[in-house]
Amino acid sequence: MSSSIESLVNKEYAYGFVTDIESDTIPRGLTEETVRLISAKKNEPEWLLAWRLKAFRRWQTMTEPHWPNVTYTSIDYQAQTYYSAPKSVKPLQSLDDVDPELLKTYAKLGISLTEQKRLTGVAVDAIFDSVSVGTTMKTELAAVGVIFCSFGEAVQSHPELIQKYLGSIVPYSDNFFAALNSAVFSDGSFVYIPKGVKCPLELSTYFRINAADTGQFERTLIVADEGASVSYLEGCTAPKRATNQLHAAVVEIVALDNSSVKYSTVQNWYAGDKDGVGGIFNFVTKRGKAQTNAKISWTQVETGSAITWKYPSVILQGDNAVGEFYSVAVVNNKQQADTGTKMIHIGRNTRSTIISKGISAGQGQNSYRGQVKILPKAEGARNYTQCDSMLIGNACGAHTFPYIEVANNTATIEHEASTSKIGEDQIFYCKSRGLNAEHAISLIVAGFCKEVFKELPMEFALEAQQLLGISLEGSVG
Amino acid sequence: MLKITDLHASASDKEILKGISLTVNAGEVHAIMGPNGSGKSTLAQIIAGHPGYEVTSGTIEYDGKDLLDMEAEERAQAGVFLAFQYPVEIPGVTNAYFLRAAFNELRKARGEEEVDPMEFLDIMEEKLKLVEMDATMMQRSVNAGFSGGEKKRNEILQMAVLAPKLAVLDETDSGLDIDALRIVAGGVNALKRPDNATIVVTHYQRLLNYIVPDFVHVLAGGRIIRSGGKELAHELEAKGYDWLLEPVSV
Repeated sequence: MSSSIESLVNKEYAYGFVTDIESDTIPRGLTEETVRLISAKKNEPEWLLAWRLKAFRRWQTMTEPHWPNVTYTSIDYQAQTYYSAPKSVKPLQSLDDVDPELLKTYAKLGISLTEQKRLTGVAVDAIFDSVSVGTTMKTELAAVGVIFCSFGEAVQSHPELIQKYLGSIVPYSDNFFAALNSAVFSDGSFVYIPKGVKCPLELSTYFRINAADTGQFERTLIVADEGASVSYLEGCTAPKRATNQLHAAVVEIVALDNSSVKYSTVQNWYAGDKDGVGGIFNFVTKRGKAQTNAKISWTQVETGSAITWKYPSVILQGDNAVGEFYSVAVVNNKQQADTGTKMIHIGRNTRSTIISKGISAGQGQNSYRGQVKILPKAEGARNYTQCDSMLIGNACGAHTFPYIEVANNTATIEHEASTSKIGEDQIFYCKSRGLNAEHAISLIVAGFCKEVFKELPMEFALEAQQLLGISLEGSVG
Repeated sequence: MLKITDLHASASDKEILKGISLTVNAGEVHAIMGPNGSGKSTLAQIIAGHPGYEVTSGTIEYDGKDLLDMEAEERAQAGVFLAFQYPVEIPGVTNAYFLRAAFNELRKARGEEEVDPMEFLDIMEEKLKLVEMDATMMQRSVNAGFSGGEKKRNEILQMAVLAPKLAVLDETDSGLDIDALRIVAGGVNALKRPDNATIVVTHYQRLLNYIVPDFVHVLAGGRIIRSGGKELAHELEAKGYDWLLEPVSV
């Protein structure tokens, strides 16, 4: 294509800086000792160590999955570091105790942890490498009985809830990366919304990987009790480093009868440079189980990571349960994404909606992989899937792998798919009306992603749109 | 307003324009006619700044500025408008959003305040009447699923909103039935002012019954081979292009 678009240069990844902070980092490698060490550092109860060890032993018997449509040199799990924490982080009495260097880091990322400057209507838990450095708005949340804290803190203060729900949706034996996470997870967020409570604030966790050659293995557990509702947002960034870093997270959502959980992700891990050097390997297991009349909605905007492997799923267990998956996945340069969802219909009259928008630019490879499974008792189940791909340039790829299994003949399944190409003509058309090329691309892409963006919480929809503009700059060539 | 001097241009190393000179003053309507493949659309697209052509020599001066040195969006901001022969679809972006974005870019370039969606609606109301379009068109995606006639009317609607100094209509009449032609031409005529100019690129004389040109130029083989008044268009209608082509054919 023509030079006018080619000449747009890639905007630098704005979050690629490194925070210079003294860390408590354990030696590389992964053995049973490592698992025990992490558990000891977190001062965990015996049952949790036992669970970790079971996971570790299981993991040792498993092999890394190679069915995704991605290629990479295999990961040396013994070369990774499994725990790194800023030295200054002690059990915090208040956010005033947070290391100023860390506060500065989050300020640079646009996240204010100081109570005075907090985002209105949003409570934030900030995870730095392996630990949580602070959670805002705790008092406001406690007033309505909402628990929102780091996972480590929840293990200490609400062990009964953790013991009851940990691994109940994603068992440690679920898959290779989930087993790894279960063995070595270091922190994450915990949310509990009591019966009948509508969480008054948006909850948000911000993940930051800082240390080199360190994996981040966080674990998020969200429990919405009967009739409760919550909207939760996760954001992630990492410094630019020439080596690949591993991120293997697990998110579990428990949605009891009549509850509603909306989980939104804006994933902007470092994607590697334009030649594919460095970047995060993002292997994530996300799953929720919706009981009677409950609703789980996943919205994800995936722009970062060298490799994304992620299938936020819903088990529609109870009658009338609703599952939704809205996804925008962008790959540019040499990024690879294999992402989609699983909707498992078990209850009667369960409904699921899947809207997937894949954008491929540069030499990026984008795969949608989705499973819709209707079990024999799922009388009257319905699924609607729409899967659209947009190609920018001639060197990228879009792939679609739908799996549909129906074991009840009253089910209704719809699947629509399309592929389009953003062209020089569209951009010239916009330019001839006075819009510059960047504005044109962001407009065209935003139009393509509209159905997904409208699902994001207001505060983040704009951010996502801007992020998309940035990750696609220089991609039309 | 526009002064094209000895313009040579090529696409994929094939020379298409072989020395075009043309002067257009404020208040004038120029028609550029010619057989298929003569370079008419190329000329229109080069004026608008299409990146697919390489200008190998010659100059285009617009309002005292070097037009060829400007990006397509800068030309638009300076008042150049191209009504596309094949308007482009942008799914998911409403006509209203797109037009307001364009309108505001032009205002910003002039140092004026941007207008909000409510103010813009008021501006649109009157412009929609001009091209006999329903307000619901504004909520549809740009050109997506539009009929051929709707697309062309949408181009004229954009022209009405952006109020260009120099409008270039590239085969705006192609594919239009007589009613749509009348609406489109009526829109163009209503937008005519003493301080703006229009270049109408067309294959047929038909459109020129509605938009009456001050000058007619015949383009063939990348050169203007004949210029005249509006009577030249009638002559072409009667005789075709062949009688002009023979003396210069190579």
